[in-house]
Amino acid sequence: MPVQYYIFLSIALFCIGVTGVLMRRNAIIIFMCVELMLNAVNLLLVAFSKMWADAGRVDASGAQIFVFFIMVVAAAEVAVGLAIIVMVYRNSQSVDINIMNRLKN
Amino acid sequence: MGMSLQQIVFGVLSIISIISALGVILSKNPVTSVLCLIVTFFTIAGHYIMLNAQFLAVVHIIVYAGAIMVLFLFVIMLMNLNAEIEPQKRNWLKYAGAISGGALLLVLLGALREADVTPIQPGAAEIGLISNLGKTLFNQYVVPFEVSSILFLSAMVGAVIIGKREA
Repeated sequence: MPVQYYIFLSIALFCIGVTGVLMRRNAIIIFMCVELMLNAVNLLLVAFSKMWADAGRVDASGAQIFVFFIMVVAAAEVAVGLAIIVMVYRNSQSVDINIMNRLKN
Repeated sequence: MGMSLQQIVFGVLSIISIISALGVILSKNPVTSVLCLIVTFFTIAGHYIMLNAQFLAVVHIIVYAGAIMVLFLFVIMLMNLNAEIEPQKRNWLKYAGAISGGALLLVLLGALREADVTPIQPGAAEIGLISNLGKTLFNQYVVPFEVSSILFLSAMVGAVIIGKREA
């Protein structure tokens, strides 16, 4: 089975995430779209790991270690990011990112 | 031309994951978005299993569906957002975002359509098993592993300090 299929699937998921970040105004939805993009990249890394393992490379599991670290960083990021979103909501009763342009003027 | 079982499973999982990913960005209700994202994560875990990354599939389900999405759902329910309608005053921004995302999709597809990659074979590769990954992690990548524990500690302290009420 060609690795191209996995490349196309990852591209589709990544672009859906980018589109969501650009389209939506809700901070929580934007955050979820970032998670979606991270997962698209993870899927591509795992597909390439399998590809190199089939090609006979012995160090192909390094890509899966990378995916593991991306998951670690994503978990830490979610903890801090959701704390920030809760704080913004507490101060302004909204999670609309359009209210966060107060530095502009 | 007969399709192999692997391709059929791949196609079904891919269709489900793309539809539910579209559901994340298109649904009006944030709770529906979270549920769609959970479905996407489960299908991605299915892809991991098909790619012989069994340990990563289990960790993915535990971390994402078990911890992160529960946190999202908890925050959304805490804020009582489930019926909030986003203000639609600037519709052209939405169209601009959709067009930009579609343009990026076309560019990436065009660039990687002819990528020089070798096909993958179905069957058991040993790389995704926990003994192999553990050996790699604790021999070659032990310093990043320890650094990630410091990252977790600082993230925990940061989340507690940010989330605290005004001191």
